Amino acid sequence: MIPAAFEYARASSVEEASKLLKKYGEDAKVLAGGHSLIPLMRLRLAQPKALVDINGIKDLDHIKESGSKLHVGALARHVMIQNSAVVKQNLPILAEVAGEVGDNQVRNMGTIGGVMAHADAAGDYPTIALMLDAEIVTNQRTIAAKDFFKDIFTTPLAPDEIVIEVVFPVANGPHKYIKFRRRLFDWAIVGAAAQKMNGGWRIGLTNVGPTPVRATAVEKALHDGAKPEEAAQHASDGLNPSGDLRASPEYKKHLARVLTKRAIEQAE
Amino acid sequence: MKHKVSTTVNGTRREHEVESRLLLVHYLRDVVGLTGTHIGCDTSQCGACTILVDGKAVKSCTMFAVQAEGKNLTTIEGMAKDGELHPLQQAFWDEHGLQCGYCTPGFIMAAAYLLEQNPNPTEDEIRRGLEGNLCRCTGYVNIVKSVQAAAKTMGGARAKPTGHQAVTAGGE
Repeated sequence: MIPAAFEYARASSVEEASKLLKKYGEDAKVLAGGHSLIPLMRLRLAQPKALVDINGIKDLDHIKESGSKLHVGALARHVMIQNSAVVKQNLPILAEVAGEVGDNQVRNMGTIGGVMAHADAAGDYPTIALMLDAEIVTNQRTIAAKDFFKDIFTTPLAPDEIVIEVVFPVANGPHKYIKFRRRLFDWAIVGAAAQKMNGGWRIGLTNVGPTPVRATAVEKALHDGAKPEEAAQHASDGLNPSGDLRASPEYKKHLARVLTKRAIEQAE
Repeated sequence: MKHKVSTTVNGTRREHEVESRLLLVHYLRDVVGLTGTHIGCDTSQCGACTILVDGKAVKSCTMFAVQAEGKNLTTIEGMAKDGELHPLQQAFWDEHGLQCGYCTPGFIMAAAYLLEQNPNPTEDEIRRGLEGNLCRCTGYVNIVKSVQAAAKTMGGARAKPTGHQAVTAGGE
């Protein structure tokens, strides 16, 4: 299928990209990996008037640790995050999650900044970002993950605002992300993440609502000494997932509990 | 508005003026005239359109031609050299790695990337490495065998595409 016509401009710096976005206004979109945007454009679910291609911006794909924080540049591709020694050492769960996104071809193109800005409820990185209190740094400000994922496909990003990097805390204790799906390259029907950090547990859930979810009731139960299977019963507390082709709301809530239990038990 | 796009396709420089909305796969098939790269699903799932962009396997239906500016592209037509099939092509032939053959160019390009990354993959690594490609005929068993056979023939040598323009280029 052929996308609707659009104007195309390449930016060689963040400033230039921001200027171009301002010029084209609200109907412009940033083109990074394009693996969510281009399929939407082909189905004409998205018909931006202009695309600002940021792939030529240098030094936006950095991955580095500094001051107990892991800085991942917006243009870091999934394959880079998956294979990065720095990520494996400082936040191994992120490398593992990156390896579960799409397939080789998708991972060669898709970027972490794109996943954040797209804010798909089934995105995997947003769950990790929310559960670990990561920060999304833009060309205008720093936004806490808990304030970033507002609703499905909805973030506080202004039309001329561009994600520069995502800053995670270093966490290399026991961890596990379980992405439940029917085929390897699919989105998660439900995903559950567990990370031991600072003596406590962080628990996150993917695709059980319009935004990623931090399962604080499970975290608290674990903190109070509950066994994983007891604590995991709270994973569906307060959830109101919508059903889709693959899973009913009841089934998603069931998966949230089962996968949370497994993630805690399998964390290493 | 049209944009100039300069690429190297299978070792040959190409320059065209294209519309920004032209997908790379349509550019290769309809503008350059290399129809070996197939379009299967139109939803970025099937992998039939897989090519190498600067050596990396990419679904050419999920990239605009304008994004290929300055890039080195390798399609299935760039795999054979001097009339001799690439070891992967020969292995798919020998091991019956195809039935209808529609998905085959994509599988071979994805497998070329896989062997470049990992010259001696296990069966599980092959299956995971080809997760972005769908085949409706073979049940994948013979595709996995083909990649194993090619890895053996190549003796762990890297599956570098030749960059050579095959005689069949131009489409039939």
